[in-house]
Amino acid sequence: MEKSKKVGGVKRFFLEGAALIMTAFLFIIYMVPFALILLNSFKMKRDIITNPFSFYAKKGYSLENYIKAFEKMDFIKAFGNSLMVTGLSTIAVIILAAMVAYYFTRSKNLFSTIMFSLMAASMIIPFQAIMIPLVSIYGAGLHALNSRFTLIFMHTGFAMSMSVFIYHGFIKSNIPISLEEAACIDGCTKTQTFFRVVFPLLKPTTTTLVILNVLAFWNDYLLPSLVLGRKQIFTLPLSTYAFYGTYSADYGVIMAALVMIVAPVLILYLFLQKQIISGVIAGAVKS
Amino acid sequence: MGSMGRKKGEKIKNLLIFALPGCATFCAVVMIPFLYGFYLTLTDWDGVSKVKNVVGANNYLAVFQDAQFWSSMGLTLKYVFFSVILVNLLAFLLAYILTNGLKGQNFFRTGFFTPNLIGGVVLGFIWQFVFSRVLVNVGEATGWGIFSSSWLSDPGKAFWSLVIVTVWQLSGYMMLIYIAGFTTLSTDVLEAASIDGATGLQKMKSVMIPLMVPSFVICMFLTLSRAFMVYDVNLTLTGGEPYGTTRLVAMHVYEKAFTSRNYGVGQAEALFLFLIVACISGLQIYFGKRKEVEA
Repeated sequence: MEKSKKVGGVKRFFLEGAALIMTAFLFIIYMVPFALILLNSFKMKRDIITNPFSFYAKKGYSLENYIKAFEKMDFIKAFGNSLMVTGLSTIAVIILAAMVAYYFTRSKNLFSTIMFSLMAASMIIPFQAIMIPLVSIYGAGLHALNSRFTLIFMHTGFAMSMSVFIYHGFIKSNIPISLEEAACIDGCTKTQTFFRVVFPLLKPTTTTLVILNVLAFWNDYLLPSLVLGRKQIFTLPLSTYAFYGTYSADYGVIMAALVMIVAPVLILYLFLQKQIISGVIAGAVKS
Repeated sequence: MGSMGRKKGEKIKNLLIFALPGCATFCAVVMIPFLYGFYLTLTDWDGVSKVKNVVGANNYLAVFQDAQFWSSMGLTLKYVFFSVILVNLLAFLLAYILTNGLKGQNFFRTGFFTPNLIGGVVLGFIWQFVFSRVLVNVGEATGWGIFSSSWLSDPGKAFWSLVIVTVWQLSGYMMLIYIAGFTTLSTDVLEAASIDGATGLQKMKSVMIPLMVPSFVICMFLTLSRAFMVYDVNLTLTGGEPYGTTRLVAMHVYEKAFTSRNYGVGQAEALFLFLIVACISGLQIYFGKRKEVEA
């Protein structure tokens, strides 16, 4: 290794330089769309049409687009709806999936065997193969659509199999039964054992699953679009879509809206990049 | 007997507390609708009316006669083919470069992954602006004919704009998985190959790629299933336009059921889609696993 490094020194230097230039070039291409949206969100429509690349704007920069987008999109309301739906769905999935996975690993019976195989098998069913009967049952059948709680319930159900699967793998290989037995000598119930002893130990997996589920719920469009029909309960992706339909010619306002939607996620990413990246890898590899 | 009874009661209590809430939610949202879907395919329901007439296998016959369904299926296969190949090529290349100690590699990794954090709806809108305004502007300024009109209104190019956005969105994600694969390759094996006089390209072909098969299997599976099901980006970038040249199958199924109000045929087509995806990913995993080698 040492030798080849010396011999190929010059060649290696050039190869590395070429790799760096190519990567940097690709990187710029990847980032340009974001940069353009940000830049143009401060410009007026005329300037955007004349030259979307230019930093120079005849009519100057202003926050007008943001103010307009903020009001017209009812940003606070949609943001709040998204926050509520994502938050409650994530909490529900985490708690229920951890309990189910714990039950599956500790109580080996016909019920757990059947349910576990059902969940594993269901992961290959695409959402499109469920959405039509789903709408039929919850819409025409139960009249439960148009409610954020129905959406939360559905998010929880759809995320269940993947989350149970990942928790199951972790509990099976990382949580020794002896630990729980020791806890039970002190006379606590199964529920207490779970919440006081087992659940805290699942933290690494919980982090992974929180990240995966939050991203999925926050960005989901198709399911919310089928469930939520009233503007007041729209989540962000839905209100973006509706807003775009009305203002698609008003570029500046659209750009401002897109920035406001993307920014919270990117800011969070800036702080949690390590956890997010390792969570995404863990999720992909395990399932 | 008493303790036996209590034990049994305890068992049932545990099942009710621990397993039931999660399992019931799962069944209510996934399993029951999936099974009910089979019944729907046997009816002529329009989603609103009180009566559902059982029409037997008619809906399945209708699927075979629905030329639009098959043309969007064909288009989807073409889209999946190019997306899967381009995403994985680019992701593998990036992962290779970004695991060789390049300056700022963590920064690059973070950056390339960014598009994945943002929902398809927003990504589609961002790129709609890029294709319909920015690139047209580039075309006007440079005189390059390729950008003279918006790609999104050109029946030939709109498809490729969809592929480009998909590659942009997914390659960073797959890159992370390939990076994870590269970092688990043992340096011993690579050094042994170098000592035996393997060149960089030989090392890649006969050592790295065979050892990376598990990563390929995962990435292929993920890109395949994501590409087959794509809807959000399709909806907001092109909306299936121009002239239906970018109407992928998920959009067709959606419109069949909810726009044309033909729930039975829509669900039958959704099941066809499910079968095709299951077969293709099954085959891919089967052949991928056979290629796996022990390190």
